[in-house]
Amino acid sequence: MKPEGQVRIPSGCAISAMISKNGERMSGEKIIESMKPMHDRSNGLGGGFAAYGIYPEHKDYYALHIFFDSRAARMECETFMNEKLDIAKSERIPTRIIAEITDEPLIWRYFVLPRRFALQNSQLDEREYILRLVMTINTKLDGCFVFSSGKNMGSFKAVGFPEDVGRFYRLEEYEGYCWTAHGRYPTNTPGWWGGAHPFTLLDYSIVHNGEISSYDANRRFIEMFGYKCTLQTDTEVITYIMDYLLRRQGLTLEEAAHVVAAPFWSTISRKDEAAKEQLTYLRTVFPSLLITGPFSIVLGFNGGLMALNDRLKLRSMVVGHKEDLVFIASEEAAIRVMEPDAEDIYAPVGGEPVIVRVKEGAF
Amino acid sequence: MGVNDMISTFEVVRNEQRCIQCRVCETQCANLVHYYHPDTGLMMSDESKCVNCQRCVALCPTRALKIMKNRCRMRENANWSQDTILEIYKQADSGAVLLSSMGNPNPLPVYWDRILINASQVTNPPIDPLREPMETRVYLGRKPEQISRKEDGSLDTKLAPQLQLSLPVMFSAMSYGSISYNAHASLARAATELGIYYNTGEGGLHQDFYRYGAHTIIQVASGRFGVHKDYLEAGAAVEIKMGQGAKPGIGGHLPGTKIVGDVSRTRMIPEGTDAISPAPHHDIYSIEDLRQLVYSLKEATEYKKPIIVKVAAVHNIAAIASGIARSGADIIAIDGFRGGTGAAPTRIRDNVGIPIELALAAVDTRLREEGIRNRVSLVVGGSIRSASDVVKAIALGADACYVATAAVLALGCHLCRTCQTGKCNWGIATQRPDLVKRLNPDVGSERLVNLMNAWKHEIKELLGGMGINSIEALRGNRLMLRGVGMTEKELEILGIAHAGE
Repeated sequence: MKPEGQVRIPSGCAISAMISKNGERMSGEKIIESMKPMHDRSNGLGGGFAAYGIYPEHKDYYALHIFFDSRAARMECETFMNEKLDIAKSERIPTRIIAEITDEPLIWRYFVLPRRFALQNSQLDEREYILRLVMTINTKLDGCFVFSSGKNMGSFKAVGFPEDVGRFYRLEEYEGYCWTAHGRYPTNTPGWWGGAHPFTLLDYSIVHNGEISSYDANRRFIEMFGYKCTLQTDTEVITYIMDYLLRRQGLTLEEAAHVVAAPFWSTISRKDEAAKEQLTYLRTVFPSLLITGPFSIVLGFNGGLMALNDRLKLRSMVVGHKEDLVFIASEEAAIRVMEPDAEDIYAPVGGEPVIVRVKEGAF
Repeated sequence: MGVNDMISTFEVVRNEQRCIQCRVCETQCANLVHYYHPDTGLMMSDESKCVNCQRCVALCPTRALKIMKNRCRMRENANWSQDTILEIYKQADSGAVLLSSMGNPNPLPVYWDRILINASQVTNPPIDPLREPMETRVYLGRKPEQISRKEDGSLDTKLAPQLQLSLPVMFSAMSYGSISYNAHASLARAATELGIYYNTGEGGLHQDFYRYGAHTIIQVASGRFGVHKDYLEAGAAVEIKMGQGAKPGIGGHLPGTKIVGDVSRTRMIPEGTDAISPAPHHDIYSIEDLRQLVYSLKEATEYKKPIIVKVAAVHNIAAIASGIARSGADIIAIDGFRGGTGAAPTRIRDNVGIPIELALAAVDTRLREEGIRNRVSLVVGGSIRSASDVVKAIALGADACYVATAAVLALGCHLCRTCQTGKCNWGIATQRPDLVKRLNPDVGSERLVNLMNAWKHEIKELLGGMGINSIEALRGNRLMLRGVGMTEKELEILGIAHAGE
């Protein structure tokens, strides 16, 4: 059977997220618990978490989380990185040995900045430099896979049920102001750790439930701009699309949402002139980035998150509040675990983004 | 010598018991096949003149007629087919180039028929177009590489000119002259009603049709017939015709017999003169010259209209398309080797060019590899026969399709492939007033609208089955396609997997 990346594997899923608008840091305990009532939405072939605000002591460095197949792969990768990066700290990511998680690769993290002259010579901005470096490692170096590359954030993922993955990575020992989680239900069994979610790029992370029918249209468009879809997963391509729209094109979150989950033409025709003009423009310029088919996603980034459903709302997703906390999950049960007294629980309309930002200066 | 007089391609089978000698067949046949024999009181036929256009069959009130493949055949020969032999007789008689019409009829591979479409099962839901919105609108034209904002922070929505289509199909170029006034009227009205576009072809635009300009693509070909300022300004877009799928590498030839009355006036050439378009544009001998014509036309139309460059699908099409994309064109139209024509040398029609499926896949792939796919829209034709061909073309990477043969079929064409004679019994490819009036533009435009609406329904059904609710999400979505019975190489060029993979 072909490994993940050479074949496209549809998956069903569970997602969950919590964020403090005041930037209060919370342990990973609750987010792990939230995945338990949604156990049957995963099948043990992938689970993962993204956490923001977890590395305050290294917050100015890019935190690269990397899977290595072997010590030799790690040596090769470190040699490569040493040419391009200043590495402030490198260490194994602490894990707990548990029966449910097996076959783990070598899992390391590096806090890095671009080497100054290498960056200058590349004529790239810092983020683009790191992004390309990550792409190079993931496509050119055998047995190495960077699965997290943002500042003051990290993703943690494995083959297993999400609640076991959380325990494996000792996430209760981390504190972040925003957490997202994912349980995966792939339709066959490649069992590769890199294929689990969240998928990340710099500080963007995506957890996603769905199977998009626009995949190849999106992939072939986005690959024109230097992105390489090596995993052939929805999550990967959605992450690249978001990076392209938000970072490269400079769209706002709302505008990006109106590209990927564009309002129907019939809806646009009922808007006022100004809105009509803007929405028509976005659909005309980025038609190949419309995402169709079922999806519910949570896009995490430094300082906030955005939750979004496909425009027909073909996947469940609910939102709830409690004081400054906002909860998002595939099922209300998951929100009730995180906060039994959550209020204003509602299901956002398809295509309407739910954007939560941590107040300025609090992260 | 009379060697070919005895061999007719068709035989006219008349049921004498049904025939009432009403002579409708005689009056309907511009080829003069049927005639009344006063001595016997019977209808007779000169089968050698029959082109099998089915006009007499369709209008015979007693259903007394059948046109059959002639049972009288020459001796079977797998190498020397009867058609080949007859062509040799014809050339031995005339010493001339053989002429043909419509698309290449030979049994070469039709890749559309070897491509199958996906549908959703279990992991994501199919969408029912009767219950959910299903979008088929597309915009053709150059897209900006980077968005920009106004001072107040809102998006600057100024765009290069775009064509808005209600479904990704347009009527492709057929000149006034090669087809009739009533055929043009039908196309213009239907395009307007449908919210799509028809194309004038290279013969200029009849004064009566300027009012349909908002749904007209006007063509500038190597002969520059009928090109003047008002003409350029009349349409929604300007198409530079570099080539045509049915006859890549040569120009056009409309015989003087068709240059009569309004056709002569519209083309701005004297009556009775042959309208000969040169093989190249004589101001375009290279790609840098094309750029100059593109920008000349943009200047002339004040950058308000997209410029289309139409080329025939030839061997090096990917590189050619890349050059066109960098020449300022907004839309590239590619015409495959099965594309139709009102007249083309047979040897060229049947042997020059490549299939549109392969050309499209190669061009779309190349433009993406070069990162310039977004600079141009891609329109393909020659030949798109059905809604499923459209869906497959979009999934391979086209923005929209051009159809012409399907459109004239809707108008009554029976594909007898003798347009070049100018004696079209269905009133389409003729200028004879008595024949032209057989095509009623009220009926013609309605039939075209019906056809396109039917295709639209089918496109929506196919999209919904794939779990897609907008045609935009199908464009270039090659994962939705699988090949059957193809070689590795064919699959590689098409960029699709084999069924079962």
